[in-house]
Amino acid sequence: MAPGSVTARARAELAARASYGRLIAVLAAPTGDIAAAEDALSDAFERALITWPRDGVPDNPEGWLLTVARNRLRDLWKSAAVRLRAPLAEDPLDGAARDGGRGTGTASIGPDAWDGGSGTVGLDVLDSLDAEAIPDKRIELLCVCAHPAIDPGIRTPLMLHTVLGLTAADIAAAYAVPEQTMAQRLVRAKRRIRATRIPFVLPSLTELPQRLPPVLEAVYGAYAIDWASADPDARAAPDSLAGEALYLAETLAALLPDEPEVLGLAALLALSIARLPARTTSSGELVALDDQDPALWDTTLIERGERYLRRAQPLGRIGRFQLEAAIQSAHCDRARSGVTDWATLKILHTALVRVSPTAGARVALAAVTGEVDGPAAGLGVLDALARDRPDTASFQPFWATRAHLCAEAGRVADARAAYARAVELTGDERLRAALRRRAGALPPG
Amino acid sequence: MQYSLLVISQESGDAGITEEDMEWGRAAFDAYGKALDAAGVLVSADILQPVSASTTVSLREGALQIQDGPFADTKERLNGTFVINVPDLDAALDWAGKCPAAQYGAIEVRPSAIVFTDGEWHQVA
Repeated sequence: MAPGSVTARARAELAARASYGRLIAVLAAPTGDIAAAEDALSDAFERALITWPRDGVPDNPEGWLLTVARNRLRDLWKSAAVRLRAPLAEDPLDGAARDGGRGTGTASIGPDAWDGGSGTVGLDVLDSLDAEAIPDKRIELLCVCAHPAIDPGIRTPLMLHTVLGLTAADIAAAYAVPEQTMAQRLVRAKRRIRATRIPFVLPSLTELPQRLPPVLEAVYGAYAIDWASADPDARAAPDSLAGEALYLAETLAALLPDEPEVLGLAALLALSIARLPARTTSSGELVALDDQDPALWDTTLIERGERYLRRAQPLGRIGRFQLEAAIQSAHCDRARSGVTDWATLKILHTALVRVSPTAGARVALAAVTGEVDGPAAGLGVLDALARDRPDTASFQPFWATRAHLCAEAGRVADARAAYARAVELTGDERLRAALRRRAGALPPG
Repeated sequence: MQYSLLVISQESGDAGITEEDMEWGRAAFDAYGKALDAAGVLVSADILQPVSASTTVSLREGALQIQDGPFADTKERLNGTFVINVPDLDAALDWAGKCPAAQYGAIEVRPSAIVFTDGEWHQVA
């Protein structure tokens, strides 16, 4: 191996990490064909791994990759255009047969993939790009991934895949679905983006309030994937995906610095992830927030989260993510003050329920009300929720909180029953164990 | 890019439409058609007769079959089509939202795959 090759490989990997989403976004934007952009870019990375160790790393690695990928796209378009000049001989009217024939391959060059017109337009747009100053179209790409015409369930995987370059296998592991299933869903979503021509555009200021929430929701989704149901063998994946969620949120925050909810999301993720090191014991047992040792929290991340939150505040538009971040910030403040400020938390949780009255937010308010006004008041909040929302009968946090409040109120039999129901509804074995320990610590009765 | 805006709704007879509603509908569809035309995006616009006027033809079973009535007997039906030529899905969705029928029915937005013009089939841009 040549002396420069390690550096060249490292440089190629660094460029890959930092540039992947930026390059996919500019390559796919003109035609909406993400699959073709991915193929062209992966060819460019392969070329880099061969030529950089031999010839040295170019001054502008990202520009080099763009140029090579662009040439590759041009070749693809040319061959597609040649095919298009032939009469439509294949079965263009039978979409099902065509899809079946193409399978789940990545390249989607076929009679239906290109129209001469937009291909040429796309090429013009790509050719006019300055490789020395590549525009950042990742927001546009994120908006495409979370477009209302895209199934909400695939938005988060699509973002992880297109913006961060996570493979279908990585994403499948986090979602506890077979790799083949995730790969097919991603291929279908990308095909839909191209076929329906979802535009790679920045929503206008009037559209932004409507278009931004699903984008933030999908980014948050990368953090909130139900780890409990994930394959225990893939335990390493969750923490890394939480990091990816933070990366996406911070990318958004850098690109939309005046959107308070974007800053709120970045703050929420930084503050939540800061506590991950304290969440499990060395033997893998879960530790409840109030029992965590603040010395284990990541102070750098907490500081980063606080900075986002301080920037959001003066913008004067409160929202769900800012409130959730403020709640996390109040919890993190225990590292400084040594105590939890439950009164402030109750105010924040009350505001959160007003802005976003989800079952989760109301259960959390019940727990905090229990701390401030006593367990009977907390149980009152839960009873009201159960009346409004019968589906809480199978909502795990409802039963875990109910168990805790009943135990505090001395209603031992009710607590025991609620713990049993919570255990039934819990998928994660570690969480089940924690609930059983709590039930076991109840006094007899 | 060419899209069909498919108007899916109850038929006026089933929906208990009054003369007043009809008057609103005529004015609204008149304005909508003219707006599409003025924007230069309109390829064609049709409001269909009720399915009681439908006749369905098929050779799927080998022999010619002609049946009275629609292909699928559903409560809400295809009652009109607007074929438009716009740059992307966002523009198509925008026009769909402006269609008067969106207020009492639903508009399915579907991109064309190929279209027949100038004597042959073409991929559409």
